[in-house]
Amino acid sequence: MATDDLIARLTRDLKPIQRSSVAKRLAIGLGLGFAASWLLMVWWLGMRPDLMEASATMPFWGKLAYTLLLAVIGAWAVKRIAYPLGSIIINLVLMAVALFAFGILAAGIFAMAPPEAHMTMLTGKSLAVCTFNIVVLSMPLLIGAFWVLRGMAPTRLTMAGAAAGIAAGAIGSVIYSFHCTESAMPFVAVWYTLGVLIPGLIGALAGRFFLRW
Amino acid sequence: MHSVETRLKELMLASLAGDARSYAILLNDVAKHLRSYFLRRLSEAHKGDADDLVQETLMALHTKRATYETDRPFTAWLHAIARYKLIDHFRRNKIRATIPLDNAEDLIPADYSDATADRIDVESLLQSVPEKSRELIYRTKIEGQSIAEVATSTGLSESAVKVGIHRGIKAIAAKLKGRAHGNG
Repeated sequence: MATDDLIARLTRDLKPIQRSSVAKRLAIGLGLGFAASWLLMVWWLGMRPDLMEASATMPFWGKLAYTLLLAVIGAWAVKRIAYPLGSIIINLVLMAVALFAFGILAAGIFAMAPPEAHMTMLTGKSLAVCTFNIVVLSMPLLIGAFWVLRGMAPTRLTMAGAAAGIAAGAIGSVIYSFHCTESAMPFVAVWYTLGVLIPGLIGALAGRFFLRW
Repeated sequence: MHSVETRLKELMLASLAGDARSYAILLNDVAKHLRSYFLRRLSEAHKGDADDLVQETLMALHTKRATYETDRPFTAWLHAIARYKLIDHFRRNKIRATIPLDNAEDLIPADYSDATADRIDVESLLQSVPEKSRELIYRTKIEGQSIAEVATSTGLSESAVKVGIHRGIKAIAAKLKGRAHGNG
């Protein structure tokens, strides 16, 4: 097809673009991912039975604040990397600061606890499944985030995939915290954090193949 | 004076608002820039791919136009897309890039219109200076000769040359001041 024909065709179906269309797509992609992941959690794992009592305690809110913070940083990273030349350095730095700060807090609590409590603080009751469950719950979100990016123009595909994975992992762990009854900060610092980083790795590896345009 | 960036950006903004005429002008203009951009970066054996790349990039410009942030330079955005398409093309065809990849400035060749305009301004200002001073200023300030050289070639003393230049520049200053007040 000649370039002139192409130009004529593109010109013919020109529609005005709204300034908010990128944000809108982001909201739709992550919103649908969130809904799917939430339903999956309720159907597959179930809400924690003691949600009402737990919501009056600090650990519940601490866990939620930590995962929500990472979710905001991650969603923002997806938006930033969606543009040509987009960079997520600032998001990675913020995330590193958050992980480090939470890690220090958790290490402090761990150090102050009596030695016999150490094992349970780290392994809890659900060690074998926690990270795995978060990774599974983050998959609908990862698909949603990839859908967002496929409509945009990321030029660094591995970075874009990583941003999508981190956002998915972080939102997934927000959702998981409504099922999970673990409350020890060291537990959250290790296994929830892994639950954010592993989807990030999956996204980074998948980005090159699924985000091409 | 319009630079390429200002011109293309204005067209892009109008296109985003839905103006098909601006869009057609923009795409035609961009296609020309893209063609020479890709031709310069493809080896002899692959020059034939340039048109495909131009069309792919125009398609991408179209489908991804929502990702153009209106407060950023348009040429930088376009260049990022063209560069992505070029690298993607290399990867897909397992071509090793032998020509170094580049900066956004390479997409739009340097814009000399401002420099030309400056030159015209200087010439017209010089016309307002008395003949004798004009000659002296031209030789020293534009051709770059030294005062001594000019003095020997005109047969004037060095101080006479300096006085002549000084008078001429004063005349130019007066003229510019007049212009600034709107009566030049």
